[in-house]
Amino acid sequence: MLRNFLLTSVMALAGLGLAAPVQAQDGPLRIEITNGVIEPMPFAIAAFHDEGGAGEYLAQVQNLIAADLTGTGLFREIPASAHIARPESFDAPVSYEDWKAINAQALVTGAVRVEGGKVLVKFRLFDVFAGQPLGDGMQFDAGTGNWRRAAHKAADQVYARLTGEGPYFDSRVAFVQESGPKDARRKRIGIMDYDGANVKWLTDDSALVLKPRFSPDGSRLLYTSYASGFPQAMVMDVNSLAARSLGQQQGMSFSPRFSPDGRWILYSLEQGGNTDIYQMDAASGAQRALTNAPSIETSPSYSPDGRQIVFESDRSGTPQLYIMGANGGEPKRISFGDGRYGTPVWSPRGDMIAFTRQVNGKFHIGVMRTDGSEEKMLTESFLDEGPTWAPNGRVVMFTRVTPGGNGQPFLHSVDITGRNMRPVKISGAASDPDWGPLLP
Amino acid sequence: MKSFVKIAAIGAILGLAACARPAQDMQVQDPYAGGAGAGTVGSSALPGTAEYFKANVGDTVLFAVDQSTLSPDARTVLANQAGWLNQNQAFSAVVEGHADEQGTREYNIALGARRANSVQEYLISQGVAPGRLRTVSYGKERPLAICSTEDCYSKNRRAVTVVSPGAGM
Repeated sequence: MLRNFLLTSVMALAGLGLAAPVQAQDGPLRIEITNGVIEPMPFAIAAFHDEGGAGEYLAQVQNLIAADLTGTGLFREIPASAHIARPESFDAPVSYEDWKAINAQALVTGAVRVEGGKVLVKFRLFDVFAGQPLGDGMQFDAGTGNWRRAAHKAADQVYARLTGEGPYFDSRVAFVQESGPKDARRKRIGIMDYDGANVKWLTDDSALVLKPRFSPDGSRLLYTSYASGFPQAMVMDVNSLAARSLGQQQGMSFSPRFSPDGRWILYSLEQGGNTDIYQMDAASGAQRALTNAPSIETSPSYSPDGRQIVFESDRSGTPQLYIMGANGGEPKRISFGDGRYGTPVWSPRGDMIAFTRQVNGKFHIGVMRTDGSEEKMLTESFLDEGPTWAPNGRVVMFTRVTPGGNGQPFLHSVDITGRNMRPVKISGAASDPDWGPLLP
Repeated sequence: MKSFVKIAAIGAILGLAACARPAQDMQVQDPYAGGAGAGTVGSSALPGTAEYFKANVGDTVLFAVDQSTLSPDARTVLANQAGWLNQNQAFSAVVEGHADEQGTREYNIALGARRANSVQEYLISQGVAPGRLRTVSYGKERPLAICSTEDCYSKNRRAVTVVSPGAGM
């Protein structure tokens, strides 16, 4: 009920608006992430061509492009065994009739070459039933150690052209790996590709570390560490791994997050048992309180234009979501449902806020408009928490914890319509994902 | 904050070591078996120790869901803690605030801080010098009981006073 594919002349996606399944040949092939239809768009990837030294990369690149696209739940790949056409080269004319015959709506062709330590990936995309290319062919190159990035870039182009949404496959996620028993958990921060590949560890597990969050350009990571014996907001350079405290605080500081321009850091500071939201100048370290209330104020997140901040407060008696200006001031409550709301995060597109909601003994990841309207639960489980947005604002990743004495957290993703829920493929238990920016 | 056990229990340790020896390697009869020196030796912490504080004064108070107010039971325990701290001026304490797993990570850190602060304020009201006390919140990161029912949750909504030798900050 939530996904739709159609041949239509839709403009850029209007988000959650309804889309009518239109049969029209006068516009681009387009699949829409919407409340409409649930049938994934069938597409085919013609066998990629080896244009020199591709070796093992040939199949790996093609398979990864397919995995990226089918992993969205929006596309269904027609297996090679069903293909009729076998193009002889990357530049061979496309026999549209052969692809129509197997009902491939879209066709991806490609070639791989390895040269001078680089993997070069070329692709073209075709609208089969319109009988024409969908945009220009493109080539991406990356060092052989980064071949996955070249494949993600090609898949991102296909995804973006077919959905009208921004790309997101070529991105990384920071997370916390958890090990050991529940009452003596060990945690360390890692980063990985969005699909769980290329895990790299940024801290060891000698001290509790929580909630890593990327800077807008992905070069730095904010997090909370108990290395001093007390929770402290920290910042780390992702390349050098050099880390420092954000400043000697009188009290516990936690939950830091950058502004969209990287100039400011919001964080929670506890003093005398009371937690408020503070803002720090990332360059000078100068800081000031943005809230000043006897209630708990935490989990701040900027709007993409940096003008507003959504956060969580229990000033009404239970934790609820509020929005205030970037300089503080009187906040406006935006959550009014039963239960408790927390961990709001503003979509990078600006159109929605994702959050954790706890009601009737269950946890949900939900989304709502920034005025609190059109609230919608995407998930339900014993314990789901801490959503983070994909760079295109169309998918969220979050932590799902299994119940019981042996309960463990795992990362999952789901799209904003609540469809295509899937675990992130990494080994071991993990929590606190933060989806970084699209890589350059 | 580790607690240090200072007990005169050498006899007990030796006894346990003897019992723990693998039987198949021992053709010789355990000289203590059934005779003099058999059984365990009782031990108890001396009053001026962290171990005594934990075992006899009580280091933990519990809280209701989402609450940081002190129950009458909690006040009784804390009055005893304050009495002990006032008698043992060479110790300082860190009050750890904790929450159950029903709540988000960040909110629970803030909630644990509230609970630790309630305990700290009460101890100060009972005459403990503020400079001897610090608070830390672990939120839901360090549960005491690990099941996912109210049985465990009620034990995890707690504040634990961890004393250690040293004058504080």
